[in-house]
Amino acid sequence: MTRVGAAVVLVAVVAAIVGPWLVPFDPATQELALRLTGPSAAHWFGLDELGRDILARVLSGARVSLAVALVVVGISVTVGIAVGAIAGYCGGWIDEGVGRVMDILLAFPDLLLAIALVAALGPGLANVVLALSLIGWVGYARVVRAQALHTRELEFVEAARALGATTPRILLRHVIPATLPAVVVQATLGMGGVILAEASLSFLGLGVQPPTPSWGAMLNDGRGHLLDAPHLTIVPGLGIALLVLGFNFLGDGLRDRMDPTTRRGISGWLSRKRPATAPLRGAARQS
Amino acid sequence: MIRFLVRRLVLTIPVLLGVATLVFALMHLIPGDPAQAMLGETAAEEDIAALRARLGLDRPLSVQYGRFLRGAVGGDLGTSLRTGEPVADAIVARLPATFELAVAALLVALGVAIPLGILAAVRQGTLVDHGATAVALAGVSIPNFWLGPLLAIVFAVELGWLPVSGRGTVAHLVLPAITLGTALTAVLARMTRASLVEELRKPYVQAARARGASRTRAVLRHALPNSLIPVVTLVGLQCGAVLGGAVITETIFAWPGVGRLLVQSIGFRDYPMVQGCVLLIAVIYVGVNLVVDLAYGLLDPRIRYT
Repeated sequence: MTRVGAAVVLVAVVAAIVGPWLVPFDPATQELALRLTGPSAAHWFGLDELGRDILARVLSGARVSLAVALVVVGISVTVGIAVGAIAGYCGGWIDEGVGRVMDILLAFPDLLLAIALVAALGPGLANVVLALSLIGWVGYARVVRAQALHTRELEFVEAARALGATTPRILLRHVIPATLPAVVVQATLGMGGVILAEASLSFLGLGVQPPTPSWGAMLNDGRGHLLDAPHLTIVPGLGIALLVLGFNFLGDGLRDRMDPTTRRGISGWLSRKRPATAPLRGAARQS
Repeated sequence: MIRFLVRRLVLTIPVLLGVATLVFALMHLIPGDPAQAMLGETAAEEDIAALRARLGLDRPLSVQYGRFLRGAVGGDLGTSLRTGEPVADAIVARLPATFELAVAALLVALGVAIPLGILAAVRQGTLVDHGATAVALAGVSIPNFWLGPLLAIVFAVELGWLPVSGRGTVAHLVLPAITLGTALTAVLARMTRASLVEELRKPYVQAARARGASRTRAVLRHALPNSLIPVVTLVGLQCGAVLGGAVITETIFAWPGVGRLLVQSIGFRDYPMVQGCVLLIAVIYVGVNLVVDLAYGLLDPRIRYT
């Protein structure tokens, strides 16, 4: 599944980068005479209610979704690592204070807080990025903090302290690198989450504003034509689902590879063979 | 147990205070003059001044904050700018619909997730397991604002089995509950699988098998009850996703709940109503997590002493 996920993400990234040059239609050009036309040889995914090519808009929408996800995850990871590592390593009142702030942000359902923030700040791409980043760092900070709490007690960190290494050096050279595998997994899964959140906000009219194409806004536009032009809904929805699925497959596979315990089998203990042999087989596997 | 209960309740107070503070700050995040933003660019100066006075925005920030907190504690969340009705009354009138939808989604999710998780766990590493994992990941990946309309096309429009929108009968609840419950199903199935796999590795399951317990009994009677403790916790944590997802699902199916009220209020720039909805949903979420924590403490005595 990791390879499938990686392939889906790779195809999406390549399509988002080079796709708009390969499609001979501009995502904003309108052919009103052909509005709501279904898929054809000229327009593979059909045309929307303003006669715009859906393939061109899906590819441009992919650029927006991936760019938003990259920026939000980038900001969230950077802030989350910095805050989580400092809180976990330093402990004391810093950890307490960061913990309370995280508790408050976690007290809101993610999407609800994003909706509320964008509703207050005003719709638009920049505010979507701001709102999702304000919420997103907390998840990374929790993971990094937990890892930092563990790492600071390890011998090599104590040795670094004994040798006179400064706190910033210990954090940058020893504590943060130890947290990176977990952060990479979470960031991969987080890309999918941000794509869904951005699409949700755009679906509600709070995200990317017209005429910039966005998968969520395209789905919202398609709602009024579910019966006469279902391709308006099916194509962008499929785009979101496949890309998010790709990131989830990839993140899930990475997590499995980094956690050897998930690869241990249990089927032997539940085998249909005589129960008396089962404990021995299990014990052998455990040792 | 009493000490655990009291400590957990006391810890909730600063969180609730922080939630209220953040919701209060929302009004002040509005760029420029909030009263101007609510009434629009063309509003008369005297109307803006009147609204500013009505919302208390002409008072010092500390006074506004104190008034907001007093109101929140006393259940007075102001009045709607659009309808003039008290915000608390409007929300309370729509709360049963949201509650009904959330519970139905949860039942759908648990009904599918637990059998799927068990199947994947006992067949770990097989095609069945990979299939269940793929289905679960697909469930998390499908946006509910896409799934909802697709389900409506098939089951309401094409087959005519279910109503496409509104609230009233159980039939009205089916499509919104499936739409909202799908992502939750996926998350819970994965947790059930992971937790059950862990339990199945423990010696007491081997001991049960050694004593002659059948495979089914070893799984369902011995391992499954213990594996469900983290699932219960996850249900609590996922209540946030359910409440957030309800905003979208209620909008798609014209379900008359708090989520739809929130989206409508955003459209009308009815910020007191937006604040009220956000505050209430967050408080419910905190309350659900508190109950889950307490239940977790009851189920697992070790939690009480950590």
